[in-house]
Amino acid sequence: MTFLSIILTVMLINNYVLVQFLGICPFLGVSKKLDSAIGMSGAVIFVMVLATAVTWPIQRLLLDRFGIGYLQTVVFILVIAALVQLVELVLKKYMVGLYKSLGLFLPLITTNCSVLGVTVMNIDEGYTYLESLANALGAGVGFMLAMVLFAGIRGKMENTDIPKVLQGIPITLMAASILSLSFNGFSGVIDGLFG
Amino acid sequence: MDEKKSKLQILTNGIIKENPTLVLLIGCCPFLATSTSAINGAGMGMATTAVLICSNIVISILKNVIPNRVRIPCYITIIAGFVTIVQFLLQAYLPDLNKSLGLFIPLIVVNCIILGRAEMFASKNSIFDSFLDGIGNGLGFTLALFCMGAIREFLGGGTVLGHEVTTNLIEPMTMFVLPAGGFFVFGVLAAVVNKITGGKLSREFSCAGCPGDSALADNADQIIANIKAAAPAAETKNAETPAAPAAPVTEEKSGETAAPETPAPAAEAPAEDADSKEGGDK
Repeated sequence: MTFLSIILTVMLINNYVLVQFLGICPFLGVSKKLDSAIGMSGAVIFVMVLATAVTWPIQRLLLDRFGIGYLQTVVFILVIAALVQLVELVLKKYMVGLYKSLGLFLPLITTNCSVLGVTVMNIDEGYTYLESLANALGAGVGFMLAMVLFAGIRGKMENTDIPKVLQGIPITLMAASILSLSFNGFSGVIDGLFG
Repeated sequence: MDEKKSKLQILTNGIIKENPTLVLLIGCCPFLATSTSAINGAGMGMATTAVLICSNIVISILKNVIPNRVRIPCYITIIAGFVTIVQFLLQAYLPDLNKSLGLFIPLIVVNCIILGRAEMFASKNSIFDSFLDGIGNGLGFTLALFCMGAIREFLGGGTVLGHEVTTNLIEPMTMFVLPAGGFFVFGVLAAVVNKITGGKLSREFSCAGCPGDSALADNADQIIANIKAAAPAAETKNAETPAAPAAPVTEEKSGETAAPETPAPAAEAPAEDADSKEGGDK
């Protein structure tokens, strides 16, 4: 599998939010405004790639070697939680500009299931190190794509006349449903391109 | 939590009045992903319930031992331990279910419901109450998953619990077992709850208890605004104490005094106001 096909597959066909249902909370909670949607997904891309860069070697070099692969869940979630805290501290101290744009969202994603999801999936799929990084990047970019599209849709919805019982959450979910349906159209595209 | 509640109220609270998924709208990821059939939904619900009951009990036992500042990592470790146990049990005894739930078994760790109950209930209540709360919330989640799974299975595949029922009546609508159908059915269910409760449905997608290391995201925009407002002050404080993980001393004190009512961790003092307000609403 080429890197491009991995990235495109996880971005469009297996989009984390719309097809695999990972990271629904931030998708529905933070997608009200475009700028916070972009900030949040920027932080998600960053943490996903970083978490993959750290957890893959841990799994392959430590857990697998010593036959304690079953500790995967415990180790990964703790590593991710510690990593997010560490990144927050480092950014705050040395990269104030980046911290201002991403830092606010970092605590939100410690327990975001898409981050843990991508690290576990990389191991399950048996990707190499570079393939894992590509997968994480694609998943993050796909998350951003969904967030940005959905922020646009929600912006339009604010000015429409919605039946009272559907206002708020129900109509948001239905809009997400239609967006998800449109992503179904991508299935087969990658096979066509790379098959 | 609230004032004295009878044991029965604690038990039923999570099933109907504060159903974690349908009313509070937390734990939506597994809810949407594993509800393609009633059996899958019920399986996921029971796995989550098992973890929830165990973690509630253990956290309630350890509530006086765990230091306040590191409690979230402690909770996560405890929960992850039980998830691993459940994972083993499923692999051994229900391999088919394990296969169809797949990734979402390890992801029980980050299910907002479990961490939320640990933070909001088990860390403040007696062991038996926490046990009941675990059963109630777990059953509420399972029930919601089962209903959603049954609806999607019936409309999408024309089967009920795996038995064909609509063979010559209606054409199954595949859309309902696709991810899009998950969102749609959830939207309809949310509208129904909205109607029944007269608009009591949570207005926002809250990760109310969801909470990484902070009280988080009840209303992310508001919290972000709060943090922004508090940022200049916090930055100067942090510059002085770089070793302390983002928890300036003064803020920590205020966090501790407020601890009995609000679960907001010290590190996120600015978010506390928003959290306690939202918490009160529910």
